[in-house]
Amino acid sequence: MSDKPVRVPYYPGCTMKTKALGFERSAMDCAEVIGFEMDELKDWNCCGASYPLTKDNLMGLTAPTNILVEAERRCQKEEVDPNLLTLCVFCYNTLKRTEYAFGQDKKKLETVNAFLDRKYDGSIRVIHYLEYLRDVIGFDNLAKMVKTDMSKYRVAPYYGCLLLKPKKEIGLDDPEDPVILHNFLDALGCKVIDFPAQVDCCGSYLVMREPKKVSKLSYDILADANEYGAETLVTACPLCQSNLDKSQGDKVQFADLDGMPVLYFTQLLAVAFGLDTKTHQLEAHHIDPRPLFEAKGAADDESK
Amino acid sequence: MTKCTEDNKPIMVGDRTIPPPDARYITISIMGQPYEVPETLTILKAMEFVGYQFKRGCGCRGGICGACGTFYRIDGDHTLKTGLACQTVVEPGMILAQVPFFPSNRASDLDLESKMPADQQIATMYPEIFRCVGCGTCTRTCPMDIDVMGYIAYFKRGDIKGGAEKSFDCIMCGLCAARCPANISQFNVAMTARRIASAKLTPKSGVTAARAEQVRSGRYEPMLAELCEMSGEDLKKLYVEREREPDLAKPGEWMPEDQTHL
Repeated sequence: MSDKPVRVPYYPGCTMKTKALGFERSAMDCAEVIGFEMDELKDWNCCGASYPLTKDNLMGLTAPTNILVEAERRCQKEEVDPNLLTLCVFCYNTLKRTEYAFGQDKKKLETVNAFLDRKYDGSIRVIHYLEYLRDVIGFDNLAKMVKTDMSKYRVAPYYGCLLLKPKKEIGLDDPEDPVILHNFLDALGCKVIDFPAQVDCCGSYLVMREPKKVSKLSYDILADANEYGAETLVTACPLCQSNLDKSQGDKVQFADLDGMPVLYFTQLLAVAFGLDTKTHQLEAHHIDPRPLFEAKGAADDESK
Repeated sequence: MTKCTEDNKPIMVGDRTIPPPDARYITISIMGQPYEVPETLTILKAMEFVGYQFKRGCGCRGGICGACGTFYRIDGDHTLKTGLACQTVVEPGMILAQVPFFPSNRASDLDLESKMPADQQIATMYPEIFRCVGCGTCTRTCPMDIDVMGYIAYFKRGDIKGGAEKSFDCIMCGLCAARCPANISQFNVAMTARRIASAKLTPKSGVTAARAEQVRSGRYEPMLAELCEMSGEDLKKLYVEREREPDLAKPGEWMPEDQTHL
């Protein structure tokens, strides 16, 4: 990559500043290695976290539009590509679908602009960190930056819902047979565990009212990954991570399953790059992934 | 108190509103009633000019206390505007109503000693901040040009200090809360956050504590007693002849000749 890091406007969203600090920090550290800088928007608000499901509910589009205007101004001022990078899959989904809605219907954009008394031109393209790695950096280039032998890691890529669905609006990958996380893990050199439950729902917000049901759904996913030989699972979604990880505290549901660490894909990327993971909040996981890393590291030492 | 000129125009006497003799008169509407008032007056003075007497809705008259928040439109323009009555000059066709008070959710039981983290304290006291849809109406309403939605966003993501700083210019007029579709009392959330931030999140100044201790130790009691004993004449003399730091002295360099009281 070039010497001067490319600055990419970045929208964190609330979760990156609270529960998913490790996701953001590992992503930023990896970006530095890859050669780009995640340039956080100066003023930003919550994206709303869920896209309104009624077509004429424009109120739900005001929050994402405020963010897109801010990004557009930044890009125009600094003369950079009109991309807005996201990490949280909820933010990605909400912003991406807003982008799509405005692309389809300029009238909507006009109405929201008039309401907000701001002028959004609709130029911003919302991209996910994974998408940036695939389309801008290239997984083949990423593979060349890997420092650690990852072949001992048996990793299951878990997609969940919001990164892929609905296909027409998000368009990142095939929602039923996705490959983007598979290819990412391939680039790292991991043993990729393809498993049927990779696009099943973790239960999402149901965790607030029906934690038992989320335990069951999480168990089904993790047991499936386990059956296919995975020892850890990566995801891009903070809520999937939280549900799959914390549900394992339900000892009744998980009686016959050993703890399986659930990682953000960037946390594994940091390991592949051989980075110091101290600030990546690995200790905040319910199932601590550090023993797994240590075991693999120890195996490495023996082979030397 | 209203007197009239020869051509039957009212003039105000007293020390508040004395419109220039050739002032042009314009028509404004105050709470649905049209009035002729001299231009150049502020809304507050114009209202007094036509006969209103304020017990509420008027405080410092200097744009700081936030008691005279006002909504208005200009006839024919759909935009709802806001201003402080003591700071905003009347315009022809102005249709206005003062909102001196707006019902809002106050934190009556704020515990500054609480062990709860600051962000959780705010979230517990004001869970309605999470109903914010990000429409930004509050920001467009604020007569102090504060990014109200911006500071609410800080609180939502747990940055209480950031939000406290961002909201610092708030004068508590409450117009943001009047317009919020999510029923948030933004200005009260911000006030609570500033109190929590200064109690818990701001480093304590050691200098202030040391100084307070000095005062408490009774060091200045004899000096005060000495002053109390003095005659009025002597006190005046002492005041007039006191040493003063020259206006242009460099900070921290000047010292008085008599240093017995330091």
